[in-house]
Amino acid sequence: MLWQLDLAVLTLVVVVGIGSIMVKDLLGAAIMFGAYSFLMCLLWSIMGAVDVAFTEASVGAGVSTVFFVAAVFRTTRRTKD
Amino acid sequence: MMGEFMQAVIAKYNYWIYITLMMIGLYAMIAKNNLIKKIVGMNIFQTAIILFYVSIGVKKGGTLPIVEHGHGAHAHAVHAADYLNPLPHVLMLTAIVVSVATLGVALALGVKVYREYQTLEEDEILARIREK
Repeated sequence: MLWQLDLAVLTLVVVVGIGSIMVKDLLGAAIMFGAYSFLMCLLWSIMGAVDVAFTEASVGAGVSTVFFVAAVFRTTRRTKD
Repeated sequence: MMGEFMQAVIAKYNYWIYITLMMIGLYAMIAKNNLIKKIVGMNIFQTAIILFYVSIGVKKGGTLPIVEHGHGAHAHAVHAADYLNPLPHVLMLTAIVVSVATLGVALALGVKVYREYQTLEEDEILARIREK
């Protein structure tokens, strides 16, 4: 486990996490959350937890993003904060 | 004294980042006005906790928890120190599946609320409840 790689991906995770709750568009927030899940999967494969990583890649980055996009299309994209 | 403290903080940098992520999720759950943003915050909180647990199982110099030379395993002992701890991985695998289930239920409730009140903003929903 290289600490430089670990720190770089952790910083990206924090940036994308803040972005997903700050962006003023719910579809954008859903896509940012998908990117967050994928970076999390990358972090777990760096840590050697391969089973957790592929579950997160399929379930977190795949199914969760589809759920979010479906919910946003059935409601609205507008948000005040 | 101060140098030692800073050294201890920097050596545990990953834990500080996990706490930061957890607090981002908590902030979104409490302070955000939109229901979808609250759900995103809940998921960030959950993944931060899963990240913390998975990082506990990491060992210096350890390899993936798959037994090498599986067919001749009886010939030589398995050294647990050579492998990452797989117990947190298995526990957190369950937590990921549970988090997707809670996400589905939360989004279904959000869609139901939108159909009733035509908005996802918490203050507007509360105002419409008071009007009735």
